[in-house]
Amino acid sequence: MIRVQSEDFDPGVELARFGADNHAIGGICLFVGLVRDGAAEAGSDERIGAMTLEHYPGMTERELERIEAEARRRWPLEATLIVHRHGRLLPGDRIVLVATASPHRKAAFEACEFLIDWLKTKAPFWKKEETTAGARWVEARQSDEAAAERWRKGQAAE
Amino acid sequence: MKIVYFAWLKEKAGRGEVQVSPPADVSDVAALIAWLKLQDAGHASAFADMSAVRVAVNQEYVKLDHPVAAGDEIAFFPPVTGGRC
Repeated sequence: MIRVQSEDFDPGVELARFGADNHAIGGICLFVGLVRDGAAEAGSDERIGAMTLEHYPGMTERELERIEAEARRRWPLEATLIVHRHGRLLPGDRIVLVATASPHRKAAFEACEFLIDWLKTKAPFWKKEETTAGARWVEARQSDEAAAERWRKGQAAE
Repeated sequence: MKIVYFAWLKEKAGRGEVQVSPPADVSDVAALIAWLKLQDAGHASAFADMSAVRVAVNQEYVKLDHPVAAGDEIAFFPPVTGGRC
């Protein structure tokens, strides 16, 4: 399931109802990403006061659904959930939640990591940081590309 | 056709969305960009460095040789930076 929303989410509530009543599930992996107060630029000691996430309504949901379908193709998953926020967020705010459920833990861990790695390089979101040095758009990071790239093997033919 | 911009491309283009009717020989993304660059300084600046621009036609990622036609929605945006962690 995919949700793109401006409002906050409660990881406890999401976890409690995630895969509820499905007794084939042996393990759930749940990842929550937060807004850090350090600027994205390596070596910078600037502090972030806030960040604004812009997205492409329609295409964002479509890309997230595609990424979710790819995870389900690769691993035996009983349930998946991606919740991604947009709008203005402050340090400490929750920004993204990824949850995976599988009969065995290995698939849940791997699929969860795959989902967060792939969404960072494929889902149309853009971040603008408000730092002590001014506001600026965050550039895509090579380390994120590399993290996504290692999952490339086994990608579905397009 | 409808053009939409996101992130700093929106700021440089000076708008988030615009309806355009380019001449008939504008048949692919590359030709559309070349035509848009002639329209005003904002567009010329937005498309100055194409290595920093990604394109979607009707909400699908495409390359510069992808065809465009009346009724299409063409989006221009920088490489994505979702997640955070």
